[in-house]
Amino acid sequence: MAVMTYREALNQALREEMERDPDVFLIGEEVAEYDGAYKVSKGLLDEFGDQRVVDSPISELGFTGMSVGAAMAGLRPVVEFMTFNFAFLAIDQVINSAAKMYYMSEGQFPMPIVFRGPTGAALQLSAQHSQACETYYSHAPGCKVVTPGTPADAKGLLKAAIRDNDPVAFMEGELLYNFKGEVPEDDDFVIPLGVADLKREGSDVSIVTHGKMIHVALQAAGKLEKDGIEADVLDLRTIRPLDMDAIVETVKKTNRVVYLEEGWPYAGTGAQIVTMIQEEAFDHLDAPILRVTQADIPMPYAKNLEMLAKPSADHVVEAVRKVLYR
Amino acid sequence: MITKVHMEALSPTMEEGQLVQWLKSEGDDISNGDILAEIETDKATMELVARGDGVLRRIFLDAGGTAEVGAVIGVIAGADDDISSVEGASGGVSAGAAAGSTEAASATEPAEAATPPAAKAESGQKEDAAAAPAVEVAHMDAPESTTGRVKASPVARRLAEEAGIELSRIAGSGPGGRIVKRDVEKAKEEGVSAPAPSSWAPAADEYEDVSTSQMRKAIAKRLVQSIGPVPTFYLTVDLDMSRVIEARKSINAMLESEGRKVSINDIVLKAVAGALRQHPNCNAHWHGDYVRRFNAVHLGVAVAIDDGLITPVVRNAHQKGLIQIGAEVREMAARAREKRLKPEEYTGATFSVSNLGMFGIHEFTAIINPPEAGILAVGGIEETPVVVDGDVVVRPRMRMTMSCDHRVIDGAQGSRFLQTLKTMLEEPTAILL
Repeated sequence: MAVMTYREALNQALREEMERDPDVFLIGEEVAEYDGAYKVSKGLLDEFGDQRVVDSPISELGFTGMSVGAAMAGLRPVVEFMTFNFAFLAIDQVINSAAKMYYMSEGQFPMPIVFRGPTGAALQLSAQHSQACETYYSHAPGCKVVTPGTPADAKGLLKAAIRDNDPVAFMEGELLYNFKGEVPEDDDFVIPLGVADLKREGSDVSIVTHGKMIHVALQAAGKLEKDGIEADVLDLRTIRPLDMDAIVETVKKTNRVVYLEEGWPYAGTGAQIVTMIQEEAFDHLDAPILRVTQADIPMPYAKNLEMLAKPSADHVVEAVRKVLYR
Repeated sequence: MITKVHMEALSPTMEEGQLVQWLKSEGDDISNGDILAEIETDKATMELVARGDGVLRRIFLDAGGTAEVGAVIGVIAGADDDISSVEGASGGVSAGAAAGSTEAASATEPAEAATPPAAKAESGQKEDAAAAPAVEVAHMDAPESTTGRVKASPVARRLAEEAGIELSRIAGSGPGGRIVKRDVEKAKEEGVSAPAPSSWAPAADEYEDVSTSQMRKAIAKRLVQSIGPVPTFYLTVDLDMSRVIEARKSINAMLESEGRKVSINDIVLKAVAGALRQHPNCNAHWHGDYVRRFNAVHLGVAVAIDDGLITPVVRNAHQKGLIQIGAEVREMAARAREKRLKPEEYTGATFSVSNLGMFGIHEFTAIINPPEAGILAVGGIEETPVVVDGDVVVRPRMRMTMSCDHRVIDGAQGSRFLQTLKTMLEEPTAILL
């Protein structure tokens, strides 16, 4: 095990996959000369050259469409969005081209493409640049959605995403890039997509979450522990495909669930997953499931209001007490 | 530990209960299982049993008062436990008690019907403080709504079913009195008192389920459309009771030394049980997809009580002698009049008999008690001129009318049963066959 940042883990994954497979290339705004807006691609231009680490113009729709074409031609593009907030410009290529190509070509064109970049809010970036975008991509069949929350998951899941033959929206977190953690040194360390991970074990309540929110959940679990409440923290890691078995298992254990997500409540990932829980594990529920989400408003710029709008550990603690009736 | 005493559902259809009397007083030591009070349900007077140990600290519902199922009517707790939060519930219940009972109101100070003077003194200063929790506690303790649905979480429902615990016997600690997992676990650990059977259930070898044929289904469907949920027809038979009267005389002469007697009705019941054994298609329950034909005869005997009617059941009547049948009927009828029958004593009949002969009724029709398929209405014996061998003679005659559920019993089947019954009563030695 080596201790490294989330950023370094992603960099390592890219480097290893580019070394392993010459068809893998990276494209995006400032990924080459500038080492990436968040320095995820640091050193890759020197190592792999400008044919495989490509600076694009500021034209999301253009370079995304070009990459979809490259994937159709047999390459394995990794498209970096400076943030998924900018990727709305390119969502037509992701949903209408990449996610449907394999289906509409009757399997003639596999679509081994990764769209990656940060999602969600950082600090005071206001309404247009603070959005958690997971549901836009998980809504459409044909696109996989991955949200790693730790350096190890970032590395193992990015390698799996690059090796996958379907389009993968790989959603990182601006506030996670400096987060440090242990990462296995094995250069074949791959975490399969669709396998959740129990980040903390408890028996009283299940906090089900993904991405950056696992840290909010773990913080809440720490607070709850002081009051004698032991929480299971289940990190879904991928929203699609979903590890329903792991969800049902934790529901069976604790009978009570708080679903935590960074995005809005309306048609959020929680709306889907709570529905599936009541369909598949109704007889194991002891209380209605509660969700903790961002407030159902555009993110305020004012710091105090932003803090109130974002899901916090205190919100989670409060929801846990409600589902436990105490 | 604090154990709330709830008004429990002591009959399958009970929605509220009236407190007949407390058998324990405030301050009495209580052990789990002690009988706390007598509760009058819609059917009978039942015993309310303690679910915990401690001292009966508070009584919220006075004798004569009425409370909904689930309401807190008392508190059992350790002598030093703080029960102030539970006391809040008294507001809701005492209002019900006062409204439901003039007796309670006149027997105690009307305004304070449910608040003992001692508690008033110690809680005098916290009228306002008690007001807030009162709302919460009152709404915590109504697990059963008036529709009879018990509020329970899905997992609590499943665990209770697996453990064979009736949800209505568990007090819910969740919002709105919802029964949650911890309540079921507590009930499993501490045990809910045994007298759970709220109705009688037959053993598997006591009956045969005959699946409903398509023809029977069609008959059932048409008849229900035509005449109502229980498509009933009536068969009346008129018979000579001279031999029964003779038989009764000689039996009673034999029993005189023992100071015992049998009645005409006892002999009728014995004959009905014997005839049903020969016609199991009349000794049956309608269950829609199938008809359950019973091997055993559990005879419901309608008993008039002051404000209604109840049908105690002579279990296995076909195996019992006249003396036993008679003794059981009289004993249960007496308890029925005192409303002391247990639910398992008035449920699960396979066939019923109603006798209004003692009221001078010549003949009448009785209404089937579903899922039973038949009931026999027995009239009085009257001296009647009849023609026997060409001569007009006077004979004691009796009429019986059988109401039949046509989905189960056809006219010919019911008639054959009545033929057998008539033969047995006109020649009582046939009962021995």
